[in-house]
Amino acid sequence: MSGTFTKSMARNIFYGGTVFFFLLFLALTYDTNQALPKRDNSQNLTPEVIAGKKIWETRNCIGCHTLLGEGAYFAPELGNVYVRRGPDFIKAWIQAQPTGAPGRRQMPQFHLSDKELDDLVAFLKYASEINTANWPPNIEG
Amino acid sequence: MQYKSQAVAKPYFVAAIGLFVGQIVFGLIMGLQYVVGDFLFPALPFNVARMVHTNLLIVWLLFGFMGAAYYMVPEESETELYSPKLAIGLFWIFLVAGALTILGYLFVPYATLAEMTGNDILATMGREFLEQPLLTKIGIVIVALGFLFNISMTMLKGRKTAISMVLLLGLWGLAIFFLFSFYNPHNLVKDKYYWWWVVHLWVEGVWELILGALLAFVLIKVTGVDREVIEKWLYVIITLTLVTGIIGTGHHYYWIGAPEYWQWWGSVFSALEPIPFFAMTVFAFNMVNRRRREHPNKAAVLWALGTGVMAFLGAGVWGFLHTLAPVNYYTHGSQITAAHGHMAFYGAYVMVVLTLISYAMPILRGRAANSPRAQVLEMWSFWLMTIAMVFITLFLTAAGILQVWLQRISTAPLSFMATQDQISLFYWLREISGVIFLIGLVIYLISFFVKGESRVGAQ
Repeated sequence: MSGTFTKSMARNIFYGGTVFFFLLFLALTYDTNQALPKRDNSQNLTPEVIAGKKIWETRNCIGCHTLLGEGAYFAPELGNVYVRRGPDFIKAWIQAQPTGAPGRRQMPQFHLSDKELDDLVAFLKYASEINTANWPPNIEG
Repeated sequence: MQYKSQAVAKPYFVAAIGLFVGQIVFGLIMGLQYVVGDFLFPALPFNVARMVHTNLLIVWLLFGFMGAAYYMVPEESETELYSPKLAIGLFWIFLVAGALTILGYLFVPYATLAEMTGNDILATMGREFLEQPLLTKIGIVIVALGFLFNISMTMLKGRKTAISMVLLLGLWGLAIFFLFSFYNPHNLVKDKYYWWWVVHLWVEGVWELILGALLAFVLIKVTGVDREVIEKWLYVIITLTLVTGIIGTGHHYYWIGAPEYWQWWGSVFSALEPIPFFAMTVFAFNMVNRRRREHPNKAAVLWALGTGVMAFLGAGVWGFLHTLAPVNYYTHGSQITAAHGHMAFYGAYVMVVLTLISYAMPILRGRAANSPRAQVLEMWSFWLMTIAMVFITLFLTAAGILQVWLQRISTAPLSFMATQDQISLFYWLREISGVIFLIGLVIYLISFFVKGESRVGAQ
């Protein structure tokens, strides 16, 4: 870099560029928030779904599973598990853990009540109805 | 050491390295659980091990950043630290809070931990990387504010250089964006949208300012190149970083329910994100080639050059690999993501903290550089850990490509677990590479205890 391009010019471009692009990001965020109700299935945020989200969080499900592709990659994607397996299978599966099969990955037993299981399933149903631009590519997640 | 208050950096570096060891041990446990699924179950389920692995990483890097700031800012500002006592006090608070949190993860069921620590008052737990109990999160904010106060006051009373300004900006950004960890809306899409304001705006935003400042500081010291030149480079690099990285957040918004225009914004801007990393590599090599002195600490120079190369490969190249929306549609949430995450964190943040430690630690211990024998050992650890990480990344990439093919592309898609069985060979190879990494880390630790004639005269 030659002498015509000085440090103070570089500094000014840094501050100007950062402010400009951060404001652009805020504008896009504003627009996203306006557009979300059409996509985010928030009309179905029932008390059960909200309670289910809390169960999802306090059992640290994200520590093994992904949800809409985010989380750990140790266990199956659950954003579409409601569609893949259905409510009864999900509840029976959670209750049957751990399988104890030697050498296989194990899921802990969380001792959830029937109400908690229903809430969790309600949350997974709600998550499966978010418009994710057709992700995942197929039912296997 | 030019200012005696710089000495507060030492416990921070020691703690950082100690927690780093813990992180790697838990990483190896998880790597084994990938292939021997019931290993240590139910005593240590995978989710707990992962929480410990990732949280230790974040905490030790924060220790490293704070230690680096305490070391650098007095020297940059040409004045003693505002309050060394505050720095030491905050060190113990952070260490004890961190240790209690990890013990809580290990010995208390997570749901119970949540109840005990006020998650019912404000639910913030159970989200990836932000698993910390509310009390810990509040503790982090208090420590960060005390730390920023100390560093800012030091700078205000002394010389204000571009390096310390950029460092401070990065550290303030780190604290401010962490506040979004307290926002956890019921709406899952919004939850995810703003979760990235912590995670992405940290690692592909403000942390890169810290990275740039640390690297620039060490390069000035070890090469003797004119500060004007280095600081101009620094500004150019961080301009490129934020111009591409802020809107680049969009590459996380493709499939979580956000509007689909993010596929364009995210793809275009994040495709440019390798440029600042490339600039950083060119910068590091350029400055070392133009050096005006032969610094006795060869190991620190090696770490600095390594940071440039590995950050470019891990964050730049492996990031680009899966950042375009049509590619990411297939690779999202696969082992490709894991491959990128490992090399990017190692190449950018682990290595820059180790660069700073490599440069500063001998001086903190009263010598300009370690003995040649200790340096040779440190350089061995550099190569072992770095090459091991390259192989971890390559094996996870191979696993990821197969996973995507078998589970998402082939005409007869396999289930998740059936796919995992098919690719277990690569998980075994990754685990072997992990063991090599651990050997490198042990050699790194030993290098601190190797005697031999040291060069006289600390600076």
